[in-house]
Order: sequence, then C-alpha cells, then structure tokens
Amino acid sequence: MASKNVLLIFKSNIMYKPVIYRLARDFDLVFNILEAKILPRREGRILLELRGSEDVIEKGIRFLEDNRVLVELLADKVWREEEKCVHCGACTGLCPTRALSIERPEMKVSFDVEKCVACGMCGLVCPFGAMKDVTLFDPFAEGRHT
Amino acid sequence: MGEFKINKSFAEINKKIRDGSVVVLTAAEMIEATKELGPVEAARKVDVVTTGTFGIMCSSGAILNFGHAKPRIKANKVYLNGVEAYAGLAAVDCYVGAAQTSEDDPLNKVFPGRFRYGGGHVIEDLVSGKTIKLEAFAYGTDCYPNRQHESEMSLKDFPDAWLLNPRNGYQNYNCAINLSNKTIYTYMGILRPDGANANYSTSGQLSPLLNDPYYKTIGIGTRIFLGGGIGYVIGNGTQHDPNVKRSENGVVMGGAGTLSVKGDLKLMSPKFLRGASLTGYGCSLKVGIGVPIPVLNEEIATFTAISDEDIFAPIVDYGYDYPEGEGKPLGYVTYAQMKTGEMTFDGKKVTTAPLASYSIALEIATTLKEWIKSGSFTLGEPQEILPSIPFGGFTNF
Repeated sequence: MASKNVLLIFKSNIMYKPVIYRLARDFDLVFNILEAKILPRREGRILLELRGSEDVIEKGIRFLEDNRVLVELLADKVWREEEKCVHCGACTGLCPTRALSIERPEMKVSFDVEKCVACGMCGLVCPFGAMKDVTLFDPFAEGRHT
Repeated sequence: MGEFKINKSFAEINKKIRDGSVVVLTAAEMIEATKELGPVEAARKVDVVTTGTFGIMCSSGAILNFGHAKPRIKANKVYLNGVEAYAGLAAVDCYVGAAQTSEDDPLNKVFPGRFRYGGGHVIEDLVSGKTIKLEAFAYGTDCYPNRQHESEMSLKDFPDAWLLNPRNGYQNYNCAINLSNKTIYTYMGILRPDGANANYSTSGQLSPLLNDPYYKTIGIGTRIFLGGGIGYVIGNGTQHDPNVKRSENGVVMGGAGTLSVKGDLKLMSPKFLRGASLTGYGCSLKVGIGVPIPVLNEEIATFTAISDEDIFAPIVDYGYDYPEGEGKPLGYVTYAQMKTGEMTFDGKKVTTAPLASYSIALEIATTLKEWIKSGSFTLGEPQEILPSIPFGGFTNF
C-alpha cells in the first residue's frame, strides 16, 4: 500500500463539480482530507492523502487531471535547505506526522518528505529558515500552471 | 576531600600537548573510558576532556571598530544593515547585540512576529564574508566634524571585530512546557497548550559547565573553541549562580553557572555562528563553544564522566509560571529521557524536542580534541576560577 500527499486546486470553472468521491467509487482509493479551503466562486484547494497501490494512485491522479483539477505532489513542493539546517531538532516536537524526526544516537534531524502534510509548523518554528514549506494558499502558486 | 592519587598541573599537560604525547577524549568518550578504567586510572591516562555546545545564546554580540572616516566622525547612532548597534562608546566603536531587531521590523504587531533579520544575522553575515551597509550619524564636533557617514563594509574592513558575549554556555537549563490553554511562542520554541510538547536546551553530557560542575578548571583566561575560532573565557557570565540545587553527583539541577567569552570574529565561521529568528520572540545568535577540561585528578575525571542519565533538568511551565517570574520546578527529568523524544508528565506522554544541536556539539568537541592532539591548541590556565561553592568530595574512587 502506497501513500501520496497531493495538493488539488479546483479553479472556478470546475470547483462545484463533484470529483473526489469518484476516487473511492471508481478507483477504490482511500482518501483522507488533511486540509481544505474554498473561496466561493474563485477557487478551492484541498490537501489530500491518497492511499492505494502505486499504479492506482497514478491512475487516480490522471483522472483528476483529466477533469481539469490541478494536482501537485507535496513532495515536490516542500523541501529543506540542507545548508541552513543545524540539526537542532526544534521542529521535531511539532511535526504532526514525524516527517521530521531525530535519528538516534547521532541526533541528526531527518526529513521524510513523503510523510509531510504541509501543515507549516516547521516553517514557523525553524530559527534558521531551513524549511521551505507551502501553505494551502500560497499566493506565489497562483498562475504557476496556466 | 583529602589527597588525590593523581595530581597533574596545567603546565604538565601543556608539555604533553607540545611533545605530542597528550591523550584527549571527548566528554562522550570519557563516559566509557571511566566506566572501563575507573576514575583513578582514567585520570592517569587521560589528560584532557573536550566538551561542546551549539545553542541559541542570547546575551551575545560583537564589538566592531569601523575605522576613522574622512573627515572624522564621532558616531552616536550606528546601523548595520538597518540594525542598530550601540555607539555610545567612543568615535568609531560600536556594539551590535544579537537580540537587536531591524529598525523597520514589525516586531510582534502581527503576532507572532517572524524577526527575520537582527543583530545575530549581522554577525553571521560578517563571518560569512558578506558586505554589510554601515550608517553612522553624529552631531559634529570641532575634532569630529562629520555628521553622517555611510559605507559598504565586509569583516576584513573593520580594524577590530570581536565576538564579546556577556552570558553564554548556561550550565543547565529548563525543560519548558506550556500548561496554559493556548499555544505560546517563546525563546524555548513553540509550546503547544496543555503540556502537549516540551523543549530542552544544552547538550547535556557534552555541555562545558556540566563537565566541570564546580568550575575547578575554568575561569578567566581559559582558552576555548569559540564560533569556529579560538576565544577565551573572560570571567563568569551575567546571572552566574553556583548556589543552585545540586544532585548527589554535584551536578546542578537547573540553570546555574554561565560564561563570559571573547574571541576574534575574523577567525570564526558561519558554521558555528548563526543568526536565529525565534517566531514570536525575537532575534538571537546560535553560538558554538567548546571548553577543554584538564583532567588534573580523579575527581575531575569523575566529573567529566557524567552522562545524560545523571543530569536532571527542571520542568518549568512557560504558560503561567515563568512569565509571572515564578518558574518553580514542577518536576525533574533526565537528559537521557528527554533525548528519547518522549517523557511522562502528570501521567501523560509528552513529546520532547531539543533546541541545541547535539550532533554539532559533538563535532565541536571532536574538532577541539584534534586541535589539542595536533599541538596547535594549548590549555589556558585560568588566573581566577569562576565563583563557586565548596564540594564535599566523592567518597568512593
């Protein structure tokens, strides 16, 4: 069973069209809504965890894209600037999914981007600006896919 | 107390450093060595134990002399990249404090503020070799007529640049928890409500003053690793207090001793000197310090063999108690426990996270060990040790 966290962007032309339920009905994918926000008549955004076999997840994503949903893998958007990280561990107490965790006994902080749900806590707590996180509504993301 | 079986002097150890026969271990290695050999044999074999810490240390800053301008200026206001440096010293001396925020920083007006650039960042930029903008303002005198001076400068352009930190290297520190019902943004990190997480600082068994709990070898003139270069202890730090509750092994059970340190900024590296932005709190500087401890006798060998299991931190509530000036310990927890990432408090599992970088602290202790072994770093014998209290001595060696 694989798992992928994706950011779905529903532009105004499709935002009232029911799409997500079909991931379960037609693809037998488990989806888990991590965060969602709808700006009426403008745009809707959802952070979704997809669980299923790797190829079915791929098919599900293709289905979403065919229905004009913009799909971004969180793993492609969130990253750590390695030179800035001093491996203090301040982020590890707040990371809700243990994407950021301490390797023992070395006491180095590892970052497993696949587990990241882009909650933004690490970006807030890191004193050195090492975590390049995304928020659900990243103003700089606007127009990136047009 | 009584006589020791092993008695070494700084001079003897320095002689060994010069002739290359010195035996140096990091404080982490010393734990095993003492367990294996016993304190007397460990003291006979091991000459120096190196410590290290890399933590955010407020009460840090740099003295910068920016050289005389033409025409001359006696600056009474100085800004470095928009961060004010205290200029009430002389004509062209200033002191930039790590916690100073940029003039146009919105601070906590939109809470929590991000404090992206401050004095600590100016210091990091300087040691990184970056150019900074210096602006100086003055009222003008007969001998210093200039009223305004602006210059782009990098570290090499400053005739003198010293890191000069009034309080660093806290001997031990709180384990911070938040028992209020809202998230708080502190110098101990972000603490979620109802005691959901707890943060601790210091490098525990590697920490300089935890390895010499009565400051028997550390004082004015102790040569140290400072920010990647060489520095000196210039006395106790502010708020130094040896009279803190101690466990049976003599180790303090809370913040106690502190160090005041100085070193040439031009020899330092941004790897061990980092500007820090603490959300909702302010700016600071992360400082790397390593103190060598000469193993003069078996008592000091025993002290340097301290491990995380034997060091306790007081659990303090930053939700209500600490801000009110109370900060009474709600309990004690070992560093070994906190390092697992979880502790039990009030019958509940609490996530624990460190704020000091243990892995880099170990790198500092290891670097210092290499410097000493290579003969390039001899021990500075303190002219006066830090204020301390008597120690009754260990009963069983």
